[in-house]
Amino acid sequence: MNASLNPFSSASATANDDPFVGNTSNNTEPDLVIALKDVVAVLGNFPALAGVSITVQRGEIVLLKGPNGAGKTTLLRLCAGLLPVERGAATILGFDLVTQRQLVRPHVGLLGHQNGLYLDLSVRENVEFWGRTVGASAHEIAGAMSRMGVSGRLADVGVRKLSAGQKRRTSLACLVARRAQVWLLDEPHAGLDAAGRDELDATLGQAASSGATILVASHELERAGGLATRSVDVVAGQAITDSNESQGTE
Amino acid sequence: MITVARLIAAKDLRVERRSKIVTNQVLPFAGITMVSFAFALDKQNVLDTVAPGLVWLATMFSLLVIVQRTFAIETDDGALDAMRVAGVDPRAIFVGKAMALGFQLLVLEAMLFGAAVIFYGESIPSNNAFGSVVLLVTTMLSATCGLAAVGTLYGGLAAGFKGSETLLPLLTLPAVAPVLIGATKAVESAVGTSGAVVSEGWQWVGLLTLFAVAAVVGGALAFGPLIDD
Repeated sequence: MNASLNPFSSASATANDDPFVGNTSNNTEPDLVIALKDVVAVLGNFPALAGVSITVQRGEIVLLKGPNGAGKTTLLRLCAGLLPVERGAATILGFDLVTQRQLVRPHVGLLGHQNGLYLDLSVRENVEFWGRTVGASAHEIAGAMSRMGVSGRLADVGVRKLSAGQKRRTSLACLVARRAQVWLLDEPHAGLDAAGRDELDATLGQAASSGATILVASHELERAGGLATRSVDVVAGQAITDSNESQGTE
Repeated sequence: MITVARLIAAKDLRVERRSKIVTNQVLPFAGITMVSFAFALDKQNVLDTVAPGLVWLATMFSLLVIVQRTFAIETDDGALDAMRVAGVDPRAIFVGKAMALGFQLLVLEAMLFGAAVIFYGESIPSNNAFGSVVLLVTTMLSATCGLAAVGTLYGGLAAGFKGSETLLPLLTLPAVAPVLIGATKAVESAVGTSGAVVSEGWQWVGLLTLFAVAAVVGGALAFGPLIDD
């Protein structure tokens, strides 16, 4: 992706400055970010994923739909490198999930029901902490905060005092600061009011148009469906449909 | 790894400075424990004999509270999980958290030794004051390394379980028993309890150092698998 196309980038930014772009040198097909084929994953003795096949291209926002217990969260955790692949073939950003599960983790961000923030630290301190764990510069950290709308007045506010929507944005700023290229979001709209949901949708749309690849598991089909470029039904541990909705980013 | 460990240690200490849980709750708890021992024993000759052990016993109890706290800040909003997902080196998490815990323990121990002087009338023998102080400081440093490593290891393990508040003491107190014994004996030598001399204390410092090295190395190796799925 050319940095000049990135609405977040400053005029002097290069592709290497863009935290959404990152290094994909391990990937033989640069635009193919997620490729799962007949993947089986087991929780205890229960096959939580029973032959999932799905491919996701760079910049897509894919909605994972399905009833409770269908395997949406398990699929996200597998893509984050937190669960082993029992059978099948799976690559994320060119890393083999079977043999390189640990190596995938620094490149993905998983945002579940919790935000992964330190409540006694300020917004700035949180984003700085997560950014510096990957060696992000002060410029990158400031950029991440600015892009997620948590710079300025909010920057020095303690996270404990933030609204649910502001915490979500802070958490996303942390993902940007630590250069996550694949965003795995589990019910991201939960607990947000209408304004917070609008803010989040705008943020995700901008991130995707800048090259981030986003998987969203959600029950709120109207809201998340409007955001997604494509949706996938997950039922009984299998991805059974893969439909284009031709919305959102290109 | 060291850079990330320092980041984690600095973050932990910043959180504690901000929340003041250690200064407003743990230090008073430790002080009250020392005063309670004084009331319970209430005989100067008994207090003279057992004071070093009471100091380290109060340290152990306070260690449990600090470890609970240091992992509560990681689990309140899923930050420990976020670190795993982010691929942060588990050894860096272990070393960073142990460094912050060790610093807090050193402050606590200094306060407890001060309390022992005030409440129990403990003092450094004047005939070999320098040797006693060196032994005391070395004992504190080596014991603290061991306590911080074991506390961090079991704190990380217990953080993933329901009922971690009760699981942590069950795991930690038996594991740090060698530190309790060694540190008590070494401090007895440093302050001359029951005629003990400084030279007798160094073998206990050796034991504490060995324990600390084993706990740090073992903890760094085991921490990743323990906190991972």
